[in-house]
Amino acid sequence: MHIPDGFLDAKTAMASGALAAVGVGAALWQAKRTLPARRVPLLGVTAAFIFAAQMLNFPVAGGTSGHLVGGVLAAVLVGPGAAMIVMTAVLMVQCFLFADGGVTALGANIFNMGLVNVFVGYAIYRGARRLVNGQRGMILGAAFASWCATVLAAVCCAGQIAWAGKVPWRLVFPAMAGVHMLIGIGEGAITALVLLAIVRARPELIERNDDAPQPAVTIGYGLLVALGLALFVSPFACAWPDGLEKVATKLGFEQHTATASLVTVPFPDYKLPWLGESGWVTASVGALGTLAAFAFAWLLARMLVPEKKN
Amino acid sequence: MRHDFLDRYSRLESPVHRLPAGIKLGAALLLVLLIALAPLPAHWFFVTVAAGLLGTALAARIPFGYLGKRLLLIEPFVLGMAALTLLQPGGRAVFAGIVVRSTLCLVTMVLLANTTPFTELLRLLRRARMPTLLVTTLALMYRYLFVLMDETERMNRARHSRTFTRRRWRVWKNLASVIGQLFVRSTERAEQIYAAMCARGWK
Repeated sequence: MHIPDGFLDAKTAMASGALAAVGVGAALWQAKRTLPARRVPLLGVTAAFIFAAQMLNFPVAGGTSGHLVGGVLAAVLVGPGAAMIVMTAVLMVQCFLFADGGVTALGANIFNMGLVNVFVGYAIYRGARRLVNGQRGMILGAAFASWCATVLAAVCCAGQIAWAGKVPWRLVFPAMAGVHMLIGIGEGAITALVLLAIVRARPELIERNDDAPQPAVTIGYGLLVALGLALFVSPFACAWPDGLEKVATKLGFEQHTATASLVTVPFPDYKLPWLGESGWVTASVGALGTLAAFAFAWLLARMLVPEKKN
Repeated sequence: MRHDFLDRYSRLESPVHRLPAGIKLGAALLLVLLIALAPLPAHWFFVTVAAGLLGTALAARIPFGYLGKRLLLIEPFVLGMAALTLLQPGGRAVFAGIVVRSTLCLVTMVLLANTTPFTELLRLLRRARMPTLLVTTLALMYRYLFVLMDETERMNRARHSRTFTRRRWRVWKNLASVIGQLFVRSTERAEQIYAAMCARGWK
């Protein structure tokens, strides 16, 4: 999901860069005030840990392999604010040392994988933990949250590329979302397995992060993520054409949308021909996928954590 | 410690390596901005940049084989994303534009990483008033990256020599427990680092 250089134009790069800067800045400011000094080295070491864990390849079918991304894992292990700093460090090192992810796209990548992924993933994880008690809730929450966060980050990434006018939304959205709905399953399974391994070896490492963040902090990050989604995704996904045109003329890129609507779509994903192109098909496919992912996370939790006999 | 594939040649001796890090970073960032955001597809510009980059690699004594290998590692992702542009009418021009631009940016960044030690870049970040916490995190990350990657490899080798299974689920569980163990050891290491930092007067 790392966007390379050349995929974004100046306005997308700057908008996502500004959002990322605000988010990371807030995380740093908050960490400076509330993070105990004892935990400062943990951030750097956790970043190194995420980077090293990403190097391990998990075999998937047919000789291909995948690896962990680790946003939700980091959020569960060190808390969401610290996880944003950790993922930012990982993405910066990947950009400057590994040339993985572009410099002009660094802001976009930090926004997608460092903020959206971590914040949304952690919010869903907390919700699932409240729903189901104990280790089962943790596994269910981590697996489902990883899936949702991966897909949402991919949708954001698709929105940025479409907004930059390089690939029309109708092509980039089904491709990115479809691929990441599959990748998300792997991410969910790995995150759940790793958490289970940690909680069985050293349960106190996870429990000490279990107090909820303050509501003001949650609302702040929520607003930031919502702003990003409104900027990158809603102009395309929005059902009201007036709103789209308004945004388009306001930002002066109407010519892009004009060419985009002339494009014939050779990609039949999500657009079943006999149902036309109404948004609810996409929405129902998305909902079905989410339900399937939840069922998968549920099964994983039942399988990995045996019934406790009191 | 043979995990120097990230910036293997960053400490060579050459005219390019001797340049101040600030100039190299500034030049690389400017070049990437120009390449990525230049509005018009000017062929002569891209050819000049490519020639300049190859010249720099030559002057910095970075083997072309290594550059090629690094490109091969990252390029599939670029091509995979860029392939989406092919599905629209007139997409071939967009595709070519994107691939040329991102490849040139990639070479620029690989050259920067291999002519400038990361610690120098961190010093620049600190001087540019980047938040201290972020710079500290980056510095500690770079310091322990190689240690943890070594540790991962050791644990993975140990696991390989003890398990025989080829069942995929089993392999996944084993790998996950390697990662989990890695985190446990990482936190222990972080506690030791904190004690060491305090002992040396960090606050």
